[in-house]
Amino acid sequence: MNDTASPRPTDDMVDVLIIGSGASGAAVAWSLADTRMRILCLEQGDWVKPTDYPTNGRDWEARRFGDADILPNRRGLKADYPVNDDNSIMKVANYNAVGGATVHYTAHFPRMHPSDFKVKTLDGVADDWPLDYWTLEPYFAENDRMMGVAGLAGDPSYPPHTPTMPPVPLGRTGTRYAQATNKLGWHWWPSEIAINTVEYDGRAACINLGNCTPGCAQGAKASVDITYWPAAIRAGVELRANCRVREILTNEHGMASGVVYYDPTGVERFQPAEVVILAANGVGTPRLLLNSASGRFPKGLANASDLVGRNLMLHPWPMVSGYCDEEMDGDRAPQTVMWGKEFYETDRSRGFVRGYTLQYSRGTGPVNEAVSSMVAGRLPWGKDHHRVYRTLYHRRLQIGIACEDLPEAHNRVTLDPVLKDSHGIPAPKIDYTLSDNTKAMMEHGIARATQILEAAGAKNISCSRSVLNYPGHLLGTARMGLDPERSVVNEWGRCHDVRNLFIVDGSIWVTSGGVNPTSTIQALALYIADQMKQRLANLFD
Amino acid sequence: MPEGLEQGLPPRESDDLRRLAGIMVPASIEYRLPGADDPAIFADIVASLGRDRAAVLQALAELRQIAGEGFAAMQDAAAEAAAMTLLGRQGPVVVALGRAVLQCYYRDPRVHRALGREPRPPFPLGHKLEQGDWSLLEAQKGRARMWRDVDNAGV
Ligand SMILES: Cc1cc2nc3c(=O)[nH]c(=O)nc-3n(C[C@H](O)[C@H](O)[C@H](O)COP(=O)(O)OP(=O)(O)OC[C@H]3O[C@@H](n4cnc5c(N)ncnc54)[C@H](O)[C@@H]3O)c2cc1C
Repeated sequence: MNDTASPRPTDDMVDVLIIGSGASGAAVAWSLADTRMRILCLEQGDWVKPTDYPTNGRDWEARRFGDADILPNRRGLKADYPVNDDNSIMKVANYNAVGGATVHYTAHFPRMHPSDFKVKTLDGVADDWPLDYWTLEPYFAENDRMMGVAGLAGDPSYPPHTPTMPPVPLGRTGTRYAQATNKLGWHWWPSEIAINTVEYDGRAACINLGNCTPGCAQGAKASVDITYWPAAIRAGVELRANCRVREILTNEHGMASGVVYYDPTGVERFQPAEVVILAANGVGTPRLLLNSASGRFPKGLANASDLVGRNLMLHPWPMVSGYCDEEMDGDRAPQTVMWGKEFYETDRSRGFVRGYTLQYSRGTGPVNEAVSSMVAGRLPWGKDHHRVYRTLYHRRLQIGIACEDLPEAHNRVTLDPVLKDSHGIPAPKIDYTLSDNTKAMMEHGIARATQILEAAGAKNISCSRSVLNYPGHLLGTARMGLDPERSVVNEWGRCHDVRNLFIVDGSIWVTSGGVNPTSTIQALALYIADQMKQRLANLFD
Repeated sequence: MPEGLEQGLPPRESDDLRRLAGIMVPASIEYRLPGADDPAIFADIVASLGRDRAAVLQALAELRQIAGEGFAAMQDAAAEAAAMTLLGRQGPVVVALGRAVLQCYYRDPRVHRALGREPRPPFPLGHKLEQGDWSLLEAQKGRARMWRDVDNAGV
């Protein structure tokens, strides 16, 4: 199957082919555009129109259980591929469209901390990254400018940096949290969030539609379809939507020669390219590499190390909720308000290494409150339903515990032997378990979040250990490193085994930190693009 | 919606679901609320089963095993006892049934008004959000550096 001399229609050669138009694909495309090379991005999903986002209609909450669900297995849209995650406590959340998962992300936008890049040196676990915070610092700043980030300078838990616009209001919910956290003497700071609090770069300011996750009808949330992509396309990049890549082909020199993909009409085509960049996320990228096995690369492309698909990290994320005696912000504001870093850095006396962010959230809308409370056993059926509902609606406080899960080789993405997508391409299978370190961290976080909610006067406090939040953070499955035997890509994103194949998405992460990843994924993509630009003359040496 | 999803319900299942919905979320004079068996809400439930349709049918089949054939016409006490037996079961089928009912009940304009909420989608009017008390941040501003790096591993 894996040969370039096939009879399928062949498109014109491009210099750079990017697979996936999400957070990282958009950033790398925009950055490379100033080289004037011919750059093409193939994306399996379509553009989503702002008028199609749920908050335009009265069924905005119900659609989150349907076509706007975070889980592709439930959504089952044309652009989605199935994922066998039966053998994982964490389910795979994603979104497949122009803009990738940023269309559906919550836009909480913390950077990784300096210590996250040096976990071996500092804490004696896992591996250090082959680069550090300071290498990425200018790219964090550039990315903040492109995306637009609300926040406040001066957070003692980070090196100094200045977000591009004022923070999201604390509101009633944030005020309650701040009072409680101050009472305990713990750290909190207004979150950095990629949501416009003022008009920014031609995009409107937030008007508190509330339900940011399934797409922002106002355009105030920085998803890359409305930030990077318009700029990249203006600069000459071509983006072809509804094109699903099946596999990457190689030539007799062991270099990538291009990809086989299905065009929007379902026709199988060959797209030749000088350079291929994978930006299909921490599940989509290993899936493609494994699906690109050939006589030359029998274990999958770029997989001499046997590390493609391994070390999957998903950020286990318990949610602790409680209820106040008065109305809070509910669903009338961006979902997250502040972060707490009191337990972020390692303190071995806690019984685990590494740490977590406390992510303070607001409430939910009427349907979500009812459904989630029904599932949690808080909301009875029958005569008492209405009385109890009134103690819940718009009274919720909810703190998420963003736990750093360390890389473990047995947590992995493989190909499912049976399951296939609508084009007949083998689907990914996930095997993932929680380590003892993660479990101890989760329990510690649950206890601390409970203390905060108690200090905030909340009652009816609960947390599920069996159903966690699924944050859609897909990391680690093609890790970065200097040693080809212990990593898939080098310190600037080039595959050790295939010198014109690059990876820029979350797969290349060495460890996961305890923060939402998109800011760092994009900074890393911009850094890799810059490295490529600096080495254009000898990129494949 | 994925292609090929069936919609609606056969008459017997529809009758059973309507009775069940009225027990799950009953009308309330005290709160001036319709029940989930209200004609408009129930029509919305049936039209919106979507991805949960198969699970809802499964729940109704389980209800029939509990209550026998005539659930829709049962005496109140017996119907309620059967319904509560079903609803007391854990698992995805009962969750899907609950979701199917609640996602329509809690978007009904009358229910929204009773909650003090305007019955409209969030866009384009949005909502007002107060700033809150920023003076609370003063307590955090004087804190020492908390972040670690290789040059200050002990912090
Ligand atoms: C519900 C939800 C909430 C989230 N909230 C946050 C948050 O608050 N903060 C945060 O930092 N992160 C958040 N995330 C995570 C964030 O969205 C991701 O980290 C980020 O989008 C990853 O970027 P990426 O470029 O690696 O991949 P993606 O953005 O996932 O992009 C990958 C793209 O590749 C395409 N693709 C895959 N395979 C193929 C193929 N074979 N052919 C063609 N195209 C293909 C996909 O369709 C997709 O568009 C959230 C995610 C979800 C799902």
